[in-house]
Amino acid sequence: MTRIETKDRPRRHPILSRIDGSVALVAVGCVLLVLGGALIYPSFLTANYLLQQLQMAAFLGVIATGAMLVILLGEIDLSVPWTITGTAIVATQIAGHPDPFVASLAIPLGLATGAVIGLVNGLGVALFRIPAMVWTLAVNAMLLGVAVFYTGGFKPQGVVPPLASTAALGRTLGIPNAFLVWLAIGLLTIWMLKRTVFGSYIYAMGNSQRALFMAGARVRRVTVATFMIAGMLSSLGALLLTGYANQAYQGMGDPYLMPVIAAVVIGGTSILGGSGSYLGTAAGAIFITLLSSILSVLQMQDAVRQIIFGLIIAGMLLVHRFQRKGQ
Amino acid sequence: VNAFLNRHARVLIPTVALVVLLGTFLSIHPRGASTYVLTIWANQGTLLGLAAIAQFFVVLVRGVDLSVGSVVALTNVVASYLLIGSTGEIAFGIIAVLAIGMLCGFINGAAVVYGRIQPIVATLASGSVFSGIALLLRPTPGGSVDEALSDALTYDIGGVPTSAILLVIVLFLVALPLRKSRLGLSMYAVGSAEPAAYMTGIRVNAVKLSAYTAGGFFGAMTGLAVSMVTLTGDAAVGPSYTLNSIAAVVLGGVALSGGVGGPLGAVIGALVLKTVSSLIFFSGLPPLAQPFFEGAILAAAIGLGAMSVFRVSSKLDLFGR
Repeated sequence: MTRIETKDRPRRHPILSRIDGSVALVAVGCVLLVLGGALIYPSFLTANYLLQQLQMAAFLGVIATGAMLVILLGEIDLSVPWTITGTAIVATQIAGHPDPFVASLAIPLGLATGAVIGLVNGLGVALFRIPAMVWTLAVNAMLLGVAVFYTGGFKPQGVVPPLASTAALGRTLGIPNAFLVWLAIGLLTIWMLKRTVFGSYIYAMGNSQRALFMAGARVRRVTVATFMIAGMLSSLGALLLTGYANQAYQGMGDPYLMPVIAAVVIGGTSILGGSGSYLGTAAGAIFITLLSSILSVLQMQDAVRQIIFGLIIAGMLLVHRFQRKGQ
Repeated sequence: VNAFLNRHARVLIPTVALVVLLGTFLSIHPRGASTYVLTIWANQGTLLGLAAIAQFFVVLVRGVDLSVGSVVALTNVVASYLLIGSTGEIAFGIIAVLAIGMLCGFINGAAVVYGRIQPIVATLASGSVFSGIALLLRPTPGGSVDEALSDALTYDIGGVPTSAILLVIVLFLVALPLRKSRLGLSMYAVGSAEPAAYMTGIRVNAVKLSAYTAGGFFGAMTGLAVSMVTLTGDAAVGPSYTLNSIAAVVLGGVALSGGVGGPLGAVIGALVLKTVSSLIFFSGLPPLAQPFFEGAILAAAIGLGAMSVFRVSSKLDLFGR
C-alpha cells in the first residue's frame, strides 16, 4: 500500500520532525513515570536513583539491541533466556579455572557462546527455513538441557570474571559503567543500521526478502550474521548481569524474554520487521525498567504487577496505532 | 495412492512418527500396553491436544497466540472455585469457565482486529494480564474439583481411556464444520489470502474474531481438563502450554503463515510431543540428560518438517514475501 504525502502539511520544527513520533511517546511516558514516582517517593528525582535506573536499563537495553536486530529482519529470537544463563555458566566456570591464562579468556569465550548459539539459530532459520519462533524455541530447550546436564541442576559454582563485575557495578566519573557499555553498543548499532550496507540489508530483509534476493544480496548470510550478532549481544548482557548478581544461577535469563520483546515493540519497531529506530528501543528499555522499578517500590503483588504491565504495553501499542493512522 | 500420500503428507508424516514413538514407548514401559499406561498417556496427551487446538484456530487465521497458557491457567483457577457442589452448580461452573475462556479469546481477537496490534504482541500483553488475574485469584495452588466428575473423565470405559474418546469426539466436532461450514472455510480463506478473502465478500473481521474466540474456548477446555487431572487450581500451570502448543501445531503440519493444516494434525503434533517426553522418562537415560534429549528430539522433528526446502524448484521459493 502506498500513501500519498500531502504537500501542504503544516511545517514542523526541523529537529522535532526528525524524531519519530513513537520515540517521543515513549520518552514522554518515561518522564511521566519518573514524575508519578516522585509524587509518591520524593527520592525518585535524585540523580543517584535515576543513574541507578540507567544502570538497570543498560542490562535490558544491551539484550534488547540484539532482539531488535532480529525483529527488524522479521524473525524473532526466543532462545534469549538460556543464552543468558548459558553464557553466565560458561563465563563463571572458565573464570574459575586454576590456570590464570584460561581464566582470562572468560569474557571472550562467554561472548563466543552467544555467537555459536546465534549461528545455530541463524542456520536453522536461513538454511532450513524453519520458522524462527519454533526453531529458537527448540534451541532454547536444548540449551536448558545442556545446562541442566552440565550443572546437575544445582547452582553452578565458579568465579565471576572481575571485568564483568567492574563493568556492571563500577562507575566512571559518577556514571555507571554498565550505562557506558550500553551507550557504546547503542552508538555502534545506530552507525551500523544507518551508515553500513549491512544495516540497509537488515531493514530491506524485513520488508521483502525476495526483493533483496533478486537484488543480488546474500540473504542467508545476512540472516545468519544478524542472529550471531544478536546472540553475542545477549551474551554481553548476560556477562553484565553475572557481574551485577555476582553469580550465575539456573533460570537467571527467564525473566528477560518478555520485557526484551516488550521494550523493542513499545519503542515502535514493527514486529513484522523492516521498520523501527534504535532510539525507540533504548527509550523502551528505560520505560520498562522505570515501570518495573516503580511497581516494585509500590510493593505491588506480583499478580497486580503483571496485570499493569500487560495493560500498559497494550495501551502503548494502541496509541502507536492511532498515531500512525493519523499520519 | 501417490496422490493420496502427497495430499496428506502433512498429517501422515507426524502420524507415522506418533505410531513409531508410541510403539517404542509401550514396548519399553515396564507395564507395557496396559489400560493403566494408556490412560495416563491419553490424559496427558489430551491436555496438550486441546491446547494445540486452541493454538490451531489462531494460527489458522495467520495469528499466533502467546496467551494460550495464561488462558489455561486462568480457567483452571476459576474451575477450582466453581466445579464443586451440586450437579447444577457444577454445570453452571463449566459454562462459566468456558465463557471466561471465550471472553479471553474475544479480547485477543478484538485487540488484533480493531486495535490493529500484531497478534504476537497483543497476546503477549493480554497473556500477562490473564495470568496476573489467575495469580490474584489463587496466589498459591489450591481449591478442589468434584472428584466424581474427575474420575468419570480420567479413567477408562471398557479399557479405552475416557479422555481419548472425548478427544476423538471433540476432533470430529471441530474438523467437520471446519471443512463443511461457511465459517470454517472462511477461516481457511482468511488465513491463506486475507485481501482475496475480503474481495470475495467474506467478513474478514468477524471471521478472525470467531477464530480467536474459538481459540479461547479451547484454552478453557484445556483449563477444565487440567482441573480434572490435577483436582486443584494452579496459576503457574500456564507457560509450558503456550510454547508446546506452538511446537505441536508446527509438528502437526499447520503452517505458521496461516491457512494450512487441520485440527487433527495439531492434536497429533501434541501427542508426538507428549509421547517423546514419556518415552524419554522411561528410556533409562540419566535423569539429568533427559531435558537435553527432549529438546534435541523436538528440534529434530521440527527440522524434518523443514525437509521440503530441498525439493524447491526455484531458489526464490526459499524466501517468504
